[in-house]
Amino acid sequence: MKAFLMFVRKEFFHIFRDPRTLLILFGMPVALVTLFGFALTNEIKNADVAVLDFDKGAHARQVQNRLFSSGYFGLRDYATTYPDVAAAFRQGHVKLAVVFPVGFSADLDHLGHAQVQLVADASDQNTAISLVGYATSIIRAYAQEQARPTGPAGPRVEAVARLYFNPEMKAAYTFVPGTMALILLLVSAMLTSITIAREKETGTMEVLLVSPMRQLPIIIGKILPYFLLSFLNGLVILGLGVWALHIPQRGSLGLLIGETLLYIFVALALGVLISTRAASQQTAMLISMLSLLLPTLILSGFLFPIASMPVPLQFLSNIIPARHYIVVLKGIMIKGLSLRELWRETLTLAGMGTALLLLALASLKNRLA
Amino acid sequence: MPAVELINISKSYGATPAAREVSLTVEAGELFGLIGPDGAGKTTLFRILTTLLLADAGTATVAGHDVVRDFRAIRNVVGYMPGKFSLYQDLTVQENLEFFAAVFRTTVAENYDLVRDIYEQLAPFKNRRAGALSGGMKQKLALCCALIHKPTVLLLDEPTTGVDAVSRQEFWHMLGTLKARGITIVVSTPYMDEAALCERVALLQEGQVLRVDTPDALRQSYPWPLYAVRAAHMHPLLQDLRAYPDTHSCYAFGESAHLSLAHAAPDAAARLTAYLTGKGHAPVVVAPVAATIEDTFMDLLAQQQPAA
Repeated sequence: MKAFLMFVRKEFFHIFRDPRTLLILFGMPVALVTLFGFALTNEIKNADVAVLDFDKGAHARQVQNRLFSSGYFGLRDYATTYPDVAAAFRQGHVKLAVVFPVGFSADLDHLGHAQVQLVADASDQNTAISLVGYATSIIRAYAQEQARPTGPAGPRVEAVARLYFNPEMKAAYTFVPGTMALILLLVSAMLTSITIAREKETGTMEVLLVSPMRQLPIIIGKILPYFLLSFLNGLVILGLGVWALHIPQRGSLGLLIGETLLYIFVALALGVLISTRAASQQTAMLISMLSLLLPTLILSGFLFPIASMPVPLQFLSNIIPARHYIVVLKGIMIKGLSLRELWRETLTLAGMGTALLLLALASLKNRLA
Repeated sequence: MPAVELINISKSYGATPAAREVSLTVEAGELFGLIGPDGAGKTTLFRILTTLLLADAGTATVAGHDVVRDFRAIRNVVGYMPGKFSLYQDLTVQENLEFFAAVFRTTVAENYDLVRDIYEQLAPFKNRRAGALSGGMKQKLALCCALIHKPTVLLLDEPTTGVDAVSRQEFWHMLGTLKARGITIVVSTPYMDEAALCERVALLQEGQVLRVDTPDALRQSYPWPLYAVRAAHMHPLLQDLRAYPDTHSCYAFGESAHLSLAHAAPDAAARLTAYLTGKGHAPVVVAPVAATIEDTFMDLLAQQQPAA
């Protein structure tokens, strides 16, 4: 037991004395969550907008007030002619132009319906779609407020572009669970596989083997520090997600932690399996990158929706642990699901972890060759 | 009971044989040397003895335990120092020692008397990372770590390779002290001068044992009259010596050439001097010398490969 504890202590020394490991361990999670949470968001804040108001009536002014008080749009140009708008787009000053035709207010008052034209810079397609969506919903809401229940048909404002818009589709909701799945996998599997490969590479494994130390304590001693640190990491990412990125935590915290521990276990088993095969740190790193990082990024549903993948890839995505963990995370945090709805994913993860660990133990060598 | 015994051990990596029917016996308390150039199979033998490799054929025991069946028992009682420095470079001297003590379920204090002499030299650097030590210091630390559990058999694979001359001397002095405490030591080295410091040595070449004997017996077994020859220019000297009719073998040995003659003759030195002077060499010095282990080794090699 003392030998085991000394082994774990030694592992902590390795971790805390290696700047690279520390950076991967603690720098990467924070950097990635921040990056995915804030920078890579497809939400819009204060987009530059040009207004071309041929109407200058009361309704046109009020619609503008609504748009600019929403927080999504900021007035950049007050154009007077179409060529002004075109020039602003060419120079990239504005992302969206709102055009009120002559007689907009009068039409709305007297005819009950009117048209607004939304012109968007579609060179940035996603932003354009979002902007048009936001603007459309604001204009509609205004029109509905103006509707008089007594009238035969209330006034309608029609925005020319129509796009489905879902105000709940916040980017952080998809990025944080994905990042968490990725980070935990990298920290647990990659670092574990490298640290055992390092013992082989530097020859210390040779000395360890010629000692009373058994295989199992070596393996457990290797993964225990990473288990603890990964869990700490998971909590940090969760905290960042909940408090900095305002992701809800609707489900049970206990279940969330339990599932996270299960996922870390799967990742560690994977790392041990890689380490039993790789002879050097570089090989371990390469195998980890090829078998963990890329498939997780591409196939887990983190960056690309699984539903839009070709069928063979959809099938393949089932063997990616992160896919199941992301489903569990979203289920618990955003939808507030319990184990009753998530048992399938939980069982899959547990089965994967056990199978990987058995495989790793089977391929563990007691000797050098 | 011999401390280490190998019986007809063979091992090859693919088509390359690393050990060919090696049989050796090391008695308890002996300081035994495995001598041979790189690639002679020394490391392979150590790895078979430390239970890290399985031999293709043959049996071996260490401290009475079979290397295959009782490998766990062997791992408890041997101290092993691999050829490559194999301690944790990011751990300090003291942390390394404490770690290995714990791994062998003992404490530094318990067996401190065994490593005291060596560790006291390391003590000033005990808080330094192992990776920042000099080559000689690293070897001393590795020896400490291999000794900390009071092994009965110490297996040292080229412990002095890459270590300066003074540290090498100190290291061999330590081995002598450990031997005096009754520890069986098997040590390998590519340096022939270190072979003389062992009680018995096995000369290895291409996985085969050429001869096992005491250093003195090996030196005395050299069958030819041997001369050290010196002249101003080594390369033409060697060429002319090889052309000398009575030459058996001739090779550079430090600053002189070692020449063995096919026949002993009282006036051999004088005739040789005359021959070399006639070839234009100056100043020629010819002196009979006693054979070293290296001379014996070279001679054994020549017998192995008659063509060369």
